Amino acid sequence: MLHTFAVYVDNKPGVLNRVASLFRRRAFNIESLTVGHTETDGVSRMTVVVDTDEYGARRLEAHLYKLVPCRRVDNITHAPAIARDLALIKVAATGEARTHVMQLVDVYRARIVDVSPESMVIETTGTEDKIDSLVEVLRPYGVVEMVRTGRVAMARGLVNGRRIAPRTGAGAAASEVNGDISSCSV
Amino acid sequence: MTLTGAQILWEALVREGVTDVFGYPGGAILPAYDAMLAYPIRHVLVRHEQGAAHMADGFARASGRVGVAIATSGPGATNMVTGIATAMMDSSPIVCITGQVGSRLIGSDAFQETDITGITLPITKHNYLVTGVHDIAPAIREAFAIARAGRPGPVLIDITKDAQQASAEVDWDAAAPRLSEAYDDALPGDGDAHDALALIATAERPLILAGHGIVQAGAERQVRELAERAGIPIAVTLLGIGGVPASHPLNMGMMGMHGEAWVNQAIQEADLLIALGMRFDDRVTGNLKTYAQTARKIHVDIDRAELNKNVRVDVAIARDLRAALDEWLPLITPRDRAGWLARIHALKGDAAVRDIQNLPDDGHLYAAHVINDLWRLTHGDAIVVTDVGQHQMWEAQYYKHDTPRSLITSGGLGTMGFALPAAIGAKIACPDKEVWVVVGDGGFQMTMCELATAVQEQLDINVAIINNGYLGMVRQWQEFFYDKRYAATPISGPDFARLAGSFGIPAAVVKTRAEVAGAVEAARRQKRTAVIDFQVEQEDTVYPMVPAGADLHKMIRRPSPIVETAAD
Repeated sequence: MLHTFAVYVDNKPGVLNRVASLFRRRAFNIESLTVGHTETDGVSRMTVVVDTDEYGARRLEAHLYKLVPCRRVDNITHAPAIARDLALIKVAATGEARTHVMQLVDVYRARIVDVSPESMVIETTGTEDKIDSLVEVLRPYGVVEMVRTGRVAMARGLVNGRRIAPRTGAGAAASEVNGDISSCSV
Repeated sequence: MTLTGAQILWEALVREGVTDVFGYPGGAILPAYDAMLAYPIRHVLVRHEQGAAHMADGFARASGRVGVAIATSGPGATNMVTGIATAMMDSSPIVCITGQVGSRLIGSDAFQETDITGITLPITKHNYLVTGVHDIAPAIREAFAIARAGRPGPVLIDITKDAQQASAEVDWDAAAPRLSEAYDDALPGDGDAHDALALIATAERPLILAGHGIVQAGAERQVRELAERAGIPIAVTLLGIGGVPASHPLNMGMMGMHGEAWVNQAIQEADLLIALGMRFDDRVTGNLKTYAQTARKIHVDIDRAELNKNVRVDVAIARDLRAALDEWLPLITPRDRAGWLARIHALKGDAAVRDIQNLPDDGHLYAAHVINDLWRLTHGDAIVVTDVGQHQMWEAQYYKHDTPRSLITSGGLGTMGFALPAAIGAKIACPDKEVWVVVGDGGFQMTMCELATAVQEQLDINVAIINNGYLGMVRQWQEFFYDKRYAATPISGPDFARLAGSFGIPAAVVKTRAEVAGAVEAARRQKRTAVIDFQVEQEDTVYPMVPAGADLHKMIRRPSPIVETAAD
């Protein structure tokens, strides 16, 4: 089954590589991985979705903790959580079709963020299901391009109220030669 | 005080208690070498950087202290990779320091540039690319803390040449390691000591599986007490040898592929396995589908990622073994399990009759005899460092280790060429101990250049080459599983005695069992490196054996002299 992890890591060069390499090396399949800044300076948060069983999930959590820049891992698969995906969808709709697309966009509470003579770009956020469904209804009008962020997730309420303090120490200063990736998604 | 990066490096190493390093100089590490002369450090010049990593590893395994290897960028760094992977697999704490091209050249394919942090990412606990002089002291302090912490392992620090050359004020307190406190937190799914104790109290046929973690945790006494108090027999892994004395009446012997048949049979008949600091490697479990089906299982390991990895267990505890056992021991009720012990002794059956040690001398020189004689002649008191292959298994079977850290061997990675350099590291860590290398003629030829290192360092190491003219273990597999088609296993070699002579090393050639004792004693008397070329039976076989992936209880037994002739 799909497991969702919130992984807090030090925002240091090469951290994304360490995490991604761990998944590859231990033969786990990443469904999606997103990373971005958190409320704390110097700490990034990854949302990783992995297809594995309960034992695999526990082992993965243990492996993540063995990565030195990894600060905290929450398996929020079974916690009440909000999960969202963001998509930009370019549809080659003109003339009559354009009106239909705008109605569909309304129904899905999506937004049109760009219009050109030959196409329009729709922005939507929601669960993967909702976005999948929107893409399906748009497909007949000609989806020419699509980009999705992958899942970001957060547990509801204050169950994980612990804050992660930024850490100083070896290599804490970002290096100018080894470009850091402050946000990215797979 | 203002120091250069190179001075900070050595100052930090000295502050970590480092007295010996194993290395090889080169362009990108030259500033560090230049600064080294002012510090109280013994530098052992290796002949190949793989040797430096193995020496640091042998140093760490013999002493429990962190071993340090140093090399230049590019090929110097990549040559260490095998040694780093070996240390990773066997949880050996080493710190490898490599020079790197100047920070402005990184990514430009500069001369001798290689992405060694990228290359070693999966075979280190952690690694650093240090490009600024201010980051050197914190990186070294943190690296030593990480190498020692939890399950030990290798850490690599890659330092650019300009960082070594730049100067800075150092604040040693500010450089103190700040490791995440999350490291030791209990996680959901962790087992409970009470569940473990309840299983131990009610088990009829329990067995302790004793691994390397016992030595790493310094829990030898605790494991012995647990076994004695609860009347539980012990089986050891290859790296667990020495953690429990071989002569202890509850120590049944080694488990696994070349373990004793009765030990493997006992695992299959047990109703409780207590796995302490071991990781259910495929070489000890055989076919997982039929492994210990009747047993409940308790697993204590400091590395949570090892729990429920290969074998599903009933109680999984991620803890320091000594701390866990200290807590358990007062709660263990003494119990007599004479029936179960008698059953295991009955399982031995005719094993003693089959044992090659009990067969009459038939004029052939068998490796098992050489090793058993070596054990007697050294009073079981030497540090024996083995390579990988048949001789390694015979060592494990026929040299009876009573003390921890007295067998040093590459278990997880199975690295040929490990023995000689690792022995040099062990001798430097423990100069007062007698050190023997037991090595095949194949593995010896991989790293025999390090004989020069032993000579230059004036070390007293004895090298026993178990020379059968074959890559023996591979040949054995070809004999059993590939219809005796010996593809690429016959191996020639130099005249090892003359080779040793060219290094200025005294050597002997032994072809009969009668000559073994004399040669061993002569080597022991010489307080310098000595080589003995034991020319043993060519097509000898390690018994017993569980074929890879086969059921643990279906072993190929030693041939019985009653039905077969000993000369077969």
